Amino acid sequence: MKNVVKIKEVEPSFTDRRKFLKISGLTIVGTGLLLTGCNKDDDLFISPNDVNLTAKYGGGHFPGLKDGIFDLGGNDLGVLTYAYALEQLEADFYTKVVNATGFTTNFTAEDQQVLTDLYYHEVIHREFFKAALSGALPNPKKQLLPNLAFDYGSLDFSSRNQVLATAKALEDTGVAAYNGAGRLLSNPDYLVLAGKIVSVEARHASAIRSLINPNSDDFAGDDVVDPTTGLDVKKNPSEVLAIADGFITTPFTALYLP
Amino acid sequence: MNILKFIQSFANESLMQSKGSRRESFGQFGQLGKNLALASIPFGLSSLTNSAYAADITPTPSTPIGALQLALTLEYLEKEYYIMGLESGVIPAGGRDEKVFMQISDHETDHVTFLINGLGGVGSPNFVAKPTFDFTVGGAFDPFNHYPTFLALAQAFEDTGVRAYKGQAGNLISTPDLLTAALQIHSVEARHASEVRRLRGLKGWITLNERGAGMPAATQAVYDGEQLTIQAGYNTAELFGAAAGSEAYDEPLTTQETVNIANLFIV
Repeated sequence: MKNVVKIKEVEPSFTDRRKFLKISGLTIVGTGLLLTGCNKDDDLFISPNDVNLTAKYGGGHFPGLKDGIFDLGGNDLGVLTYAYALEQLEADFYTKVVNATGFTTNFTAEDQQVLTDLYYHEVIHREFFKAALSGALPNPKKQLLPNLAFDYGSLDFSSRNQVLATAKALEDTGVAAYNGAGRLLSNPDYLVLAGKIVSVEARHASAIRSLINPNSDDFAGDDVVDPTTGLDVKKNPSEVLAIADGFITTPFTALYLP
Repeated sequence: MNILKFIQSFANESLMQSKGSRRESFGQFGQLGKNLALASIPFGLSSLTNSAYAADITPTPSTPIGALQLALTLEYLEKEYYIMGLESGVIPAGGRDEKVFMQISDHETDHVTFLINGLGGVGSPNFVAKPTFDFTVGGAFDPFNHYPTFLALAQAFEDTGVRAYKGQAGNLISTPDLLTAALQIHSVEARHASEVRRLRGLKGWITLNERGAGMPAATQAVYDGEQLTIQAGYNTAELFGAAAGSEAYDEPLTTQETVNIANLFIV
């Protein structure tokens, strides 16, 4: 059932109809309420100061099993659980990268230094979320997102081009995810914590892009930073999960996130 | 406002000398009076009142408008710096560096426009005018004739931008659209910071509170506090040591800390 997305398809977008329908399908099973999520921005960006935003997107919905499938939940804890899922993916990817045969031969010394740092940082982020959520969730035994399983399909971890292209997609997606999720947080402490992490993700994205194409402006390329506004990418959870879903084999839902 | 404190902390003798005239002109009395007089004046007005003494900016209020005003002042600084850099010829032409700084300059120019619009335009009572900048800090630095200095200040400005926007996030939590836009600028500053640091031969991320090789001591305020390795009770140094743990998180600057750094370059 699981679609394995190849690297070439990682960069992508919500226009991938197949993936979108799949996510929507999960949503429909749950409530049907989020069908309007088809319009990627309309739902989330209704108006500033929408005091009902929290209530609409998951007040009281904790992470945990719903009909046998883990749901990320809503509200601040749902957003943190969503971030935890993404950090699990990033950490797993870089763990495989630095342990792959060929890491010390197919990658330059600079590549290795950058990728090793990214491995450290993302594992630290993952373990941080695990600890923070374990402390914040009322019943972490049932509500803490389990360790997810991943499948990278035909990705060749000893291929510099493939690894860097995937890293770029993951880091850019991470930046877009945190940028889109900030407004979903109501606790200012959580917002600052997310802010502390997103800028490091952006530093990563820039470095990876610079490794791929050093003699260029790709570090903050027009494909991610809108050249007319100077604003970076932002994505809603449903958009991000449609991308990450290509790698994550453990089924889960995000019924209470936009 | 804390320029005297800052200058006193500098080891650089020429910097001390260069700021001497300004220091004398205020004197302790003048500085005290200025602090008291400006303590409760909104940011927009203070820039006018201030000009009788000097143009230091004062801390912006902890409101969405205050956050945008502080951000705009930083973006004015960055925009002017990169335009002057590109016009000065200090940046090696035709290669990677020029491409990088042209892209960064484009973004900072966009950010200024975006923030002015966000504040309601130049006619809005919330609008703040561009201060007058002195990127030589009274002659202590020569960024437009000495490329390593240009790069060093660029790094300081970008790393400051990252930390300053982060520090304002809490002030924007009640205005989700503005918060989202600020986050979208914040991550662009981080992309810039990473690339400028890498051009200088550093890692793209900040290790502990190290300003990095070749950075003037005067920029240390940009890095103070970055060494934190406890995040929400979790010890980020536990798995791979304090260097990696601190790198994995960027720390916010308070409004006052940001203002202090900006005022170094405002005359």
